[in-house]
Formats: sequence, C-alpha cells, structure tokens
Amino acid sequence: MEKIFNLQQLINGIQLGSIYALISLGYTMVYGIVRLINFAHGDFFMIGAYAAYFTVILSSAKGFNVPVPIVFLISMGAGAGVAALANQTAYKPLRYKPRLSALITAIGVSMFIEYIFSALPFIGPSYRAFPNDKLIKNKIYEFGTTTLSNYAIIDVVISIGLMLFLTYLVKYTKVGKAMRAVSQDKDAAKLMGIDIEKIIMVTFIVGGAFAGAAGILTGISYPRIFPYMGILPGLKAFIAAVLGGIGNIPGAMLGSYIMGISETFATSYNSLLGEGIAFAILIIVLIFRPQGLLGETIAEKV
Amino acid sequence: MSVILSLQNVTHYFGGLRAVHNFNLDLPNGALWGLIGPNGAGKTTIFNLITGVYKPTEGKILFENEDITGLKSHLIVKKGVARTFQNLRIFNELSVIDNIRVARHFRTNYSIFDAILRTKKYFEEEKKIKDETIQLLEIFGLKHRANDLAKHLPYGELRKLEIARALATKPKLLLLDEPAAGMNPKEVGNLMDLIHSIRDSFKVTILLVEHQMRVVMGICERIKVMDFGETIAEGTPDEIKNDKRVIEAYLGSEGGR
Amino acid sequence: MKFSRNYKLIFYALIFYFFVYLSHRFGFLINDYILHIINVSLIYVILTVSLNLINGFTGQFSLGHMGFAAVGAYISGILTTLIWKIKPTNLSNYILFIIAMLIGGLCAMIIGYLLGLPTLRLRGDYLAIVTLGFGEIIRTIINNIDYVGGPRGLLGIPKFSNFTFIFFITLISVIVMRNIVYSTHGRAFKSIREDQIASELVGVNTTKYKVMVFTIASFFAGIAGSLLCHLLQIAHPTQYGFMGTILVLVMVYAGGMGSISGSIIAAFGLTFMSEGLRLVLRKLDDITPTVQIGIEWRMVVYALLLILIMLFRTEGLMGKREIRILIPEEEEK
Repeated sequence: MEKIFNLQQLINGIQLGSIYALISLGYTMVYGIVRLINFAHGDFFMIGAYAAYFTVILSSAKGFNVPVPIVFLISMGAGAGVAALANQTAYKPLRYKPRLSALITAIGVSMFIEYIFSALPFIGPSYRAFPNDKLIKNKIYEFGTTTLSNYAIIDVVISIGLMLFLTYLVKYTKVGKAMRAVSQDKDAAKLMGIDIEKIIMVTFIVGGAFAGAAGILTGISYPRIFPYMGILPGLKAFIAAVLGGIGNIPGAMLGSYIMGISETFATSYNSLLGEGIAFAILIIVLIFRPQGLLGETIAEKV
Repeated sequence: MSVILSLQNVTHYFGGLRAVHNFNLDLPNGALWGLIGPNGAGKTTIFNLITGVYKPTEGKILFENEDITGLKSHLIVKKGVARTFQNLRIFNELSVIDNIRVARHFRTNYSIFDAILRTKKYFEEEKKIKDETIQLLEIFGLKHRANDLAKHLPYGELRKLEIARALATKPKLLLLDEPAAGMNPKEVGNLMDLIHSIRDSFKVTILLVEHQMRVVMGICERIKVMDFGETIAEGTPDEIKNDKRVIEAYLGSEGGR
Repeated sequence: MKFSRNYKLIFYALIFYFFVYLSHRFGFLINDYILHIINVSLIYVILTVSLNLINGFTGQFSLGHMGFAAVGAYISGILTTLIWKIKPTNLSNYILFIIAMLIGGLCAMIIGYLLGLPTLRLRGDYLAIVTLGFGEIIRTIINNIDYVGGPRGLLGIPKFSNFTFIFFITLISVIVMRNIVYSTHGRAFKSIREDQIASELVGVNTTKYKVMVFTIASFFAGIAGSLLCHLLQIAHPTQYGFMGTILVLVMVYAGGMGSISGSIIAAFGLTFMSEGLRLVLRKLDDITPTVQIGIEWRMVVYALLLILIMLFRTEGLMGKREIRILIPEEEEK
C-alpha cells in the first residue's frame, strides 16, 4: 500500500495531470463548440514540443539563446497555427455535413501530421532528446524520500496559470461569452449577430495554443520526443475530458488530475495496469455515468 | 366495449421539467380518437411513453390489459402498437419497398442461415413479404414508387409511406402524430378519407395528434385536450368546440395552426 | 431461371481464378510478386467488406476491426505453429489448418460479441473511441504475452495460404456477406443506419442486430487474420493496431460505405496503389540517394486520400450502389 499511495507519486501525478489538463481543455472546448472529437489535437501538442526543440537547437547552433518565455510563445503559436490551419482547411468545409465525416477527417488530419513529421528527413520517426537543460536548468529539492523537481513546479504553475486565464476569458470577456453561446446553441448565437466561424476559430486557436504549451512543458519534463508522442497523451486527455464531462471546462481540469494521479499510482503498482487504466476509466465512465462527473445529460428529441 | 389502451395516472419528468402530469386515458377498441393541445402540451411525449421511447416516471400503461409500462419499444411494437412521427422518420436511403419490408421484419420467419444458404424457406418467405408489401403499396397508391429511393418522394407521398409502414407491422393500435402536417386542403381531405378507411379495413384503433382542426373535428369520435402536460377537457367534437377552457387555452382558426 | 445471375457471378469469378492461376503457373504476366499482391488484396477484400457491414450497412462506427483479425491470426497461428506444428505438406494438414482458421474465427467472433455489447448505449463518436480502445487493449495484451512472441511477433508460421485457398475463402465470404445484406436481416441492419429510433419502432430489435453485426463481421475479420498470417508467415502486434484498422477504414470509405462491390474494388485498388507507391518511392530514392524518402510517405498519401474523400466525395467510389452482378436477381423486378 505504501508503495502506491505516497507523496512522491502524488506529486508526479499532479505534474502529469497538469499537462493532461492543458491538452484536455482543448479537446473539451472544441467538442463543446462543434461537437467534434478532434483526433488531431494530440498532434498539436507534439508540434509544440518540436517547435520548442527546433528553436533551441537552431538558436544554440547559431550561438545565441532565445529567452524561455519566447520559446514558450513559439510553441503555443505553433500549436495554435496548426490548429487554425486544420480548422480552416479540413473542418470548416464539413461544418454542416454529418458529424462522422468530420470525425474521420480529424483522424485523417492526425495521421497526416504524424506521418509527415515521421517522413520528413530532418525529423524522422525516432526519438529525440529534448534539450531541456539548455532551456531551464534542472533543480531538485529533497524532502526526506521525496524529490521535487523544479520542472514539476513549472508544469503545475504554468498549467494553473493558463487555466485561470481561460476561466477569465470564458467568464468575463465578450469573446468568452460568445464561445459559451455558440456551445449552447449555434443557430441562436448566429441570430444574435455572433460570427460563428470566428468564434470557432478562436476556440481552435486557444485550444491549440494550450496543446502547444503542454508540448513544451512535456519536452522539458519528460525529455524524449518523437512524432507519435501525441497519440497516447491525446487519447488520455480526451478520456479525462469525458471523465469530467465533455464540453465542460472545469470538468476537463478535474478529470485530468484524476487521470494523472490514477495513472501514476497504477503504473507504480504494475506497468500493464498503468497502460490500461485510462481505458478502464473510459469504460467505467461510459457505462455508469456517460455524461461525466460534471456534465449534463442531453436527451435526443424524438 | 373493451378498452385496448389504458394510461393510468401517467406522469413524466424530463429532469426537472414536468412534461406530463396525471394523464389518464381509456381508449376503446376500434375507436378513432384525437389528442389536441398547444405546442409543448405533451402530446408527442404521450406517444413516446406509449411506444416505450421513454419510461414514465410514474403511472402505468396497459395495452390489451397487459402492463407494457417501460417495455422496450420493439417489444411494444410486437404486441401491436405502431406509430408515425411528427417530423417524418423515413429510411431515406432505402427504397420505398424496403421501407415497408423493414416493418415486416419481425414477423419474418427465416434465420440468417436460411439467408446465407438461400434455402427454399428463404424464397418462400421473401415472396410472401413482397406480395404483401406490394399489396399495401397499392392501397396507398405508392406501387409505382416501389423501387424509388424514399428520399426522392414528394412530401405528401412520404407521409403516406410512413403510415403504410406503420400498418405493415399489422398493429392493433395506430398512433398518428400530425399526419396532416404540411398538406394542402385537397390532400387533407384525402387523408381524412384514408384514415377512416384504414380504421375500417385494417381493423385498427386509431389515436391521432393533430393541429388541423378540420381533421380533428371531421373524423374523431372523441377528443382529449391537453395543456401543460395535463388533460383539460375530453368529449365529442361538439362538446370540445364549445368548451370554454379549451377555447381559452387553444383553439386555432379553422383549418390552420 | 432463379439462379442464373448467381451462376454468372461464379462463372466470372472462376474466369478470374483460372486466369491468375494459369498465368502464374506458366510464367506470363503474373509473377510471384504480383500474385502476392493479389493474395493480400483478396484478404483485404474480406476485411473491408466485413468492416463495411458494421460501418457502412449498419451505421455503427468501429475503429477496432483489426483487433478481431489479430485474434483470428494469433489463435490460428498458435494452433498451427506452436501446438500442432503442422506444415502444408499433405491434405490432412490442410484440413487441420481449416479447423485452426475456423477456431480463430470463432474466437474473434466471441470477442466481437463482447465488443458489440457496449455499442448498445454509445453514440458514434464515443463508440469510435471505445472500439479504438478495445483494439488497442487487444494489441497491448498480445504485446505482453511472451508465449506468442510478444513484441517480436509470432514467427515461423507455416505458409498454408496460397492463391487457390485465399481466393475461394474470399469468394465464399463475399457471397455469404452479400446474401446476408440482401435479406430481411440485411434490411434490418440498414434500417438501423438510417434511423435507429424509427427502426426500433417498427419492431426491429436494434440491440440484437447491432450486436449481431459486430459478431458476424468479427468472425470474417478473424478468418482474414488467419489467412494473412499464414501468408506472411508472421503475426506481429503492430500490424493489428489502430493504424491497421485505418487502412481498412480508408478502403471502406474509398469504395463506398454500403457497397460490397465498392469495397472489393477499393481493396484491390488501394493495395496495388500502395505497392505501386512503394516502388515509385524506392525508384526515387535510387535517383536521389542523398534525400531518402522513407516509406512513411505512403501513409501520408493514405491520410491525404482519406481527408480528400471526406472533403470532396464522402460516398467514395460507389456510394451505396452495387455492381449489378452482385445484386441477387430476386431483388429486382
């Protein structure tokens, strides 16, 4: 028992959960607004990581150091940019077609991004070591048997910061209000004079930026990157969003921390269990509470 | 006269919203009754409760004296209840004849293995299905459309198709949800004759929801009026026409909404 | 005559069979390489048509189809390679292989039944995720079983699958699935796709039929898996993951959701195109040795194809239409 429930694992779990939260928020916002499971979302995360990677590698090769906040913005920008591109070229044309078409297109976009990254000669399919030390020097604090890395602190602080920003955006700004309106009723929002496509684009951009942020944080904290790194975290972040209630922003945060902590505890017990716990959570949620912890049931009108 | 359908103190909530409250109905065998009320009164919800789409929060539903409350829809259909839909639910990408044949499915007696091996039983059953289906289409004037895709049919024919499909399940009770919606006066007149002849030649009890007063007053033997999920009046067309509560709650102009 | 179109169908099939067999035997036009591609195409026909039953005809959304193929492959592979240790040397061994294949199919069918159950309550997008997860769970489990080779895969599988065998199994499978589609059961499936609520309200037990279609499709996927691993002589977990299913999914969409002939054409077309691409890319690599274009570009093409189909021609090649010869005669008139 002690092996599982200890402070170290809790810290690791919260760190992991913070990263899942950033990815999960993008999923849940996009689903809330266009009812699409954006399979490619995990790949925006991957792109954020690679953007940071190349920024650091290229700049240090030229001999100068890009300040850390700028690298962050570059990652977020990359994630946002690709998200915007995907929305504009692949999702927008299918806005009023059957939802399954958009879902399959999202699968196609995801595959496309992953395989292009894998195929490009200067990237390639294999793992690369992320130069996290060049970006932020690692510091470890010890409390008895527990170690706390400054990376973990950065992950949690930045995630929470971004979540607070998002909460402010959604609750107190005009754009946020428009986003909520479009999530609830697209047609009514249109009739109120809201430019639907603009709001959808904003949602994708914010979601993509968050995924990009998660990407650079992951590069720093778990410094191994490869083109398919977005698949599993993306899936888990999605499941976390479902756990919290898909379309529900606080739900995504809650679900992500539960997911991060559960996964960390499960993995320390047994690695196979760690791999499977996400799916176990999914199946349990879908059987017992499909609307998620904080979600509401939507009945179909007959 | 026996009662074919009985709703006893049926109440239904959607979350916090009370859609139906203490609804009672004793529908006699062979009757042709109407259910009217303003939009949102709960009429379609009643149909959904009867046909098992929802399970009533409270109350009982009896069909031929058997408790069917909360049974799965297809089982209720098998017991003899069929319906049409307010907003048409036709199998658009299937042909007209296939739309009907789907409704015939649960009465069909051959297994998957008969289908795979194309046994004699398969051919016999299929011929029976096809003959009955063509016959039904003929009655509804849709035989010439048999092989057309349903999505290509004009609106009036789609309404007829949906009724024909419901009848293909050989029901004892037929629930019609706004069958005249969107029809012009001539079509409405034909529909009224059609409903009458269905009741007589198919020997079904009919309960219909309708907004067009011409239809309701013209063919229903008895009318129940709902508002806010409750019954506010019940009686013959003449009684209803002059009921103050009904006029107050809702009675649109003749022939329109 | 009641059966004349079916006779025509079998006649044309036999012509194809003899053409390929004899051409290969006497060494003109069809060499070993091309025969291999034809074999793989035929196996993908079974996979594509069976997935089409679920996605195209019944309107469900399964992303775990290769998981069933994996079950079929590994179970039959275990039987022929590890337990019975047989080789394609005599007829009785072939009969054992058929038994192994059927057992593999049956096991896949059981898994399919189990996967069918959650479909009862899940809508399209959620169902996609659950079936995806299921497929991945199967792959993960296989990856962790050392007895079947774990991440290295099951090696040394005897080559029981030859053209004759694959061809006739494929032919039988397609006819069986065709016969199911054109029957009252097939109509029940299609009605669920069109409008599940209306279907339930005309007496179709949609629950039973949704589970049934998973069960049937998974059986055939299992058969296909057995054929595949006994052709390639290896069964490897990565072949049966999400990416493998996407390959089949692209074929279903390219051919047309709801068209058996579309699936057949797409299975052949995409398999040949894929091989053609690989040759072209290798040629390009020879021409430009400094810039190596990896085979990943093949998958990029697939992904692009999928996106383009969704954007510009969702119905694929055939939509829901069927080449006439596949439609049973009794359907027309």
